Amino acid sequence: MQLLEGKKVTKHFGGLAALQNVDFSIHQGEVVGLIGPNGAGKTTLFNLISGSLPTTAGEIRYKGKKISGLKPHQICKQGVARTFQSAKLFAGMTVFENALAASLFGTKRTISVPDAEREAMDLLAFVELSSMGEMLARDLPIASRKRLEVARALATQPDLLMFDEVMAGLNPVEVAQSMELITKIRNKGITIFMIEHVMKAIMNVCDRIVVLHHGSKIAEGTPEEIATSRTVVEVYLGE
Amino acid sequence: MFSTVLDVVITGLIMGGIYALIAVGLSLQYGVGRVLNVSHGEFIMVGAFATWSLYTLFGLSPLLSLVICGPVLFVIGFLIHRTLFQYLRDKSESIGAFADSSLLAFFGLLFIIQNLALLIWKADIRGYTYLDSSVSILDAVFAVNRLVALLFAVVISLAFYLFLTRTRLGKAIRAAAEDPATAQVMGVNIHRVLAICFGLGALMAGFAGPLISMIYEIQPTMGLEYTIIAIIVVVLGGLGSITGSLIGGFILGLIGSTVTYFDAGLSLIAYYVIFILLLLIKPTGIFGK
Amino acid sequence: MDRAAVVFKKPFSLGLLLLILIVLITLPLYVPPYLVILLTTILMYIVLTVSWTIFSGPTRYISLASAAFFGVGVYTSALVGKVLPLPLVILAGSLFSFILAICVGLLTLRLRGMYFIIFTFSISELIRNFLLWWETTMTGTVGRWVVMVDHKVVYYVILVIFILALLTAYLIRRSRLGLALRSIGEQEEAATHIGINATMVKTITFAISAFFMGATGAIMATKWKYIDPRIAFDPLLSFLPVLMAIFGGTGQLYGPVFGAAIFAYLEEILTTRFPYYYMLLFGSILIIVILFLPHGIVGLVQKWWKGGLGRRNATS
Repeated sequence: MQLLEGKKVTKHFGGLAALQNVDFSIHQGEVVGLIGPNGAGKTTLFNLISGSLPTTAGEIRYKGKKISGLKPHQICKQGVARTFQSAKLFAGMTVFENALAASLFGTKRTISVPDAEREAMDLLAFVELSSMGEMLARDLPIASRKRLEVARALATQPDLLMFDEVMAGLNPVEVAQSMELITKIRNKGITIFMIEHVMKAIMNVCDRIVVLHHGSKIAEGTPEEIATSRTVVEVYLGE
Repeated sequence: MFSTVLDVVITGLIMGGIYALIAVGLSLQYGVGRVLNVSHGEFIMVGAFATWSLYTLFGLSPLLSLVICGPVLFVIGFLIHRTLFQYLRDKSESIGAFADSSLLAFFGLLFIIQNLALLIWKADIRGYTYLDSSVSILDAVFAVNRLVALLFAVVISLAFYLFLTRTRLGKAIRAAAEDPATAQVMGVNIHRVLAICFGLGALMAGFAGPLISMIYEIQPTMGLEYTIIAIIVVVLGGLGSITGSLIGGFILGLIGSTVTYFDAGLSLIAYYVIFILLLLIKPTGIFGK
Repeated sequence: MDRAAVVFKKPFSLGLLLLILIVLITLPLYVPPYLVILLTTILMYIVLTVSWTIFSGPTRYISLASAAFFGVGVYTSALVGKVLPLPLVILAGSLFSFILAICVGLLTLRLRGMYFIIFTFSISELIRNFLLWWETTMTGTVGRWVVMVDHKVVYYVILVIFILALLTAYLIRRSRLGLALRSIGEQEEAATHIGINATMVKTITFAISAFFMGATGAIMATKWKYIDPRIAFDPLLSFLPVLMAIFGGTGQLYGPVFGAAIFAYLEEILTTRFPYYYMLLFGSILIIVILFLPHGIVGLVQKWWKGGLGRRNATS
């Protein structure tokens, strides 16, 4: 089933075209990568999907329903969650509170506080942050911060989870752990759309990869296809 | 009919000239330092009262006082920034925290300066007459002091604009405003630049105060109104745009004199209404990014 | 959601609160009237500060609209005080402020930081200047007379408002609304992405805060007898709650209470003893607090307290 679909998605900032007529579609159960040089428009695309920014033109549909034009909290409740490039945690709140907030507000159902607390605890365990529950989010090391963002996103019970460079700044051990986490999430049935610069991760984890450059889609295919595509190698991997 | 229009227009330009001057100073302080100096009007007030004192005690022409007040206030502004706000900036946890705490510190400054002024000059309304002979232009009559004030306001604003766009120091300041991190890497002493910018804002206030005292009556509580007008002009012109502040000042001045023609009590209200509409519809202003 | 408080503190602090409450309630019986009036003014500032903190504390949106909401309460009281009984007058004042806050909130809560601050200030000033113009130009008389109410009644009404405001602040803090507010204050974009309808949350809380300010305005009008736009919408009423909250510290609930109590008491003393210096002193205190006590008095106390506990724990 087609989970997320974008048709001719365009975004202009003043005179600058950050995205131009980008088409994409993500099917349920897939892990799709989004790569491209800096400034290609990857995070902008995520911002359009999650509702942070309005589209200039084009349409984005989720489970068949148009979501371009909705507010972020509405899109979140539909089942789309994301992490941010610079982990936007609630720095002055505890790790537990970060997850709890998402459990309480992230879905359409009304949930009691004790139930939300339980869910939050389970999620922290899932991302292996249970021991840090009472720490302030701002005191976490970078790898833990990323995992907290993931936990928070998961707490909203998404069907589609978008990772924005969730591995940036991690050492090789942490990258491997991150890849394991992504696989665990995938096995839960959640569809994943990820922006990433860490090539090893993208190539190993993704079923399909979309390549952006200067706001346009220049290639799309399996990791093998992308790795051997001349266009991509010239533009991106050659950097 | 024509003379009425001319009267309104020129009055508007005179007011606008003053507005442009005070807005440009505030704009530089905000554009570079990201601090909203709500005590800006108090600096203007001090300039105005110092001029009044110099004139009534020593007969010193306000135009000469201008040359004194400007630099003196520049130094005071520079020092205040270098000590108080420097410390605050270094200590703040984030840019947002610094913005909030600096705003409150400026309120504190506002209270202190106003109280000091009340102690020195008492609460009465003051005024003096200088160059109050009249000149008639095409049937409309204007006091010479107003025209002189307009001239000075325009000249100073233009000079300031040229300074920022044509001189090396001016360009360095604007570069530092655009990208403080890079500027710092390139050896620009960012702390000094920020303090200089703040001082330049105070300089503008030091120029505006004397000019205002020449044509209007002054009171130690006058500051806040000028601060608000400066803020409105800065937002109208676009935060961070010097050109915007200059043009915005004249636009607001013209609006003000037009409204005053119908009912003087409504001008401030008109400014607020425009301001509120601006914030709701296009907060980035005319030239803002 | 509160940090782990030592278990034995709970019944102790509850007992303390009850004691304070009893003292406050029985006060007019054995204390001279001028002290009751002083306490009324202090309570007014405490309510304004606590109300301000309900919204501006967790969200970090510094509102300077307090004068507007207070003033609306004052003017409502002046307008309907002759025709409605006191409880309804208070309620009317609260409701009009509530509605004004909803309107303002829906319009402006898209604005952040600096813009929001100046906007809220502009609203207060616009209303003040407009009413001043209206009264001078349209009705010809500036100011109104308000139905007088016995000072004891004023005191008890304010006391009730104080208790309700404090209770509301406490409940919100501990509720999911409080968590939502704090999330918005920490990272608004992330908050919207985890399902929080920031606009609605902010607007409702802003309105709740305004409700109490309006109630306070409505009752204080009866104490003042004569009101005009300058008194009712005095900009100082927008600045002082901010000052007092920062002075006390916005982290805990009692921070604003202490901050306002100390500050209001200081203000009364200073304005009577040193009427020519109090702005100077205020400004200086503000700057000192900003520079050296970023978390307010409460933050300072907390540091001492934690320092003490730390030493105790180290030796145990």
